[in-house]
Amino acid sequence: MSKIVKIVSLITLNPIIIFGLYIISHGHLTPGGGFQGGVIVASIAILILVVFENDINLSKNLFSLFESLGLIFFIILAFLGILKNTFFYNFLANNFWFLGKTIHFGINQGFLNSGGVIPLMNLAVGIEVASALSLIAVLIMSKKKYD
Amino acid sequence: MIGTMISKNKKYNFKKAKIISLIILFTFFLLILLFIHPFGRPRAVKMDDYFIKNAQLQTGSNNVVSSIVFDYRGLDTLGESTVLFTAVMGISLILMKKKYEQDS
Repeated sequence: MSKIVKIVSLITLNPIIIFGLYIISHGHLTPGGGFQGGVIVASIAILILVVFENDINLSKNLFSLFESLGLIFFIILAFLGILKNTFFYNFLANNFWFLGKTIHFGINQGFLNSGGVIPLMNLAVGIEVASALSLIAVLIMSKKKYD
Repeated sequence: MIGTMISKNKKYNFKKAKIISLIILFTFFLLILLFIHPFGRPRAVKMDDYFIKNAQLQTGSNNVVSSIVFDYRGLDTLGESTVLFTAVMGISLILMKKKYEQDS
């Protein structure tokens, strides 16, 4: 691509990353969550692949590693609920220290330090979805390069 | 294809059949319109009321949808992410460079 496209894409890269991380991290307060934020983060990989076609070489193994790690983290968080009650039990909710601020019924108070295990699950699903969709883009572009 | 074969051999006239099928279809649509359940008034509201009343207090997250997706119905989300994982596995299986073809 031309120099103008490269510079404009480099400028727009940072706001997209910050927006995706915001959607992931505020999944328990605002609409959105792991899946949606992961898709937004994955759009960065597609932008990089389309703009810097020949200059950059993204590795498939890193993305597949992060995808597997996200899914494993999600399953481990689900199984940790067994220690307290059942599978997928929210064992961190309302514990007054780590992600456990108590909230009352009604309008959104906007405490980021709440939600128990839900923000961590959002993070795990976000990592998984972002790296999965980036991996699809990387595979398609590498196929196009070799043919 | 079968329709063209029939019309080549014998010239059938489908006009009557078309009109009858249209009439049957529209009567069904009219019946559905007349007897449709009103929107926003579900028959069973016990579970919805329970979620709205207790989701914020039990899970500590202000987003009730998120608390249902990741906490009450977490198994569904696990299946969803597994579906995505399997889809990426299939795509990588199709699009990977085949090593055994280069050797032979």
